[in-house]
Amino acid sequence: MHIPDGFLDAKVWTTMSVVTGGTAGYAIKQVNKKLGERQIPLMGVMGAFIFAAQMINFPVAGGTSGHLLGSALAAILLGPWSAILVTTANFIIQCLLFQDGGLTALGANVFNMGILGCLVGYAIYQGIRKMVGGDKGIIIGAGVAAWCSVMLAATGTSLALAFSGTVPLNVVIVPMLAIHALVGIGEAVITVAAVQYILKVRPDIIYDVPKV
Amino acid sequence: MKKEILIGLLIALTIGVFLSPFASSFPDGLEKTAEDLHFLNKGEGKEVITSPIPDYAIPGISNEGLATAGAGLVGTLIVFGAVYGLGKIVQGRKENQTKSF
Repeated sequence: MHIPDGFLDAKVWTTMSVVTGGTAGYAIKQVNKKLGERQIPLMGVMGAFIFAAQMINFPVAGGTSGHLLGSALAAILLGPWSAILVTTANFIIQCLLFQDGGLTALGANVFNMGILGCLVGYAIYQGIRKMVGGDKGIIIGAGVAAWCSVMLAATGTSLALAFSGTVPLNVVIVPMLAIHALVGIGEAVITVAAVQYILKVRPDIIYDVPKV
Repeated sequence: MKKEILIGLLIALTIGVFLSPFASSFPDGLEKTAEDLHFLNKGEGKEVITSPIPDYAIPGISNEGLATAGAGLVGTLIVFGAVYGLGKIVQGRKENQTKSF
């Protein structure tokens, strides 16, 4: 879902660059307050995993493909602010080194595919986790948050395109949400599998879950 | 903890190097929508910068699978290093602040 150069007009991409820059700056401040020594290599591994997983496009219906965003997963394991730093670094490297996503669209791409999932996805996960409780709550919360993160990204991308005058919102939103409702299932499956694996081998890694 | 980091990195490298050549080459959701709604051309030739490894394939390697695997190897390690470095920088700022108090 990486937006290339040329899809967004100047007003939209500058706005999104400022919003994303500000959010990333705030995330650095938040992380700075409580970054433990052992969390740094974990962030590195999360970044490496997200990059590698995003190379794996899986086919969905109608000759289309999708790949993991990983923003909800990162937020569940690292907390929302560390997750924003990890996903932002990944999108910057994808843009600069691999021509995936335009430089002008970088702010919008980080916001839609990274920040939304890290913040809103995380809030959804925590809400469900607390409501359901236990490991079950973590797993259901992770799955729902992962699916929502993809739908949020598709909505954000559609809005950015519409505000740019590239395509009317009512035309673009329906196919975008329809395709990404399916891609989101893949996101949920991978996220739940990863969280289940962590729960089995190192449950203490998961961010902000009260120890039993 | 060192063991877990190593295992995590190995999982990421396995995906990036050995699975990446088998990824679907269908257009992604945005590209497909852009094609169907006829605005894909708005992005053609508009790239602001030229990247060294465009489209996740190391240039000059004729074998497509190897070119992709190579890009996966390089990219996975670079992102690991970049995030690790970023973490150290963010943490370093904290140490400096404490010292200056």
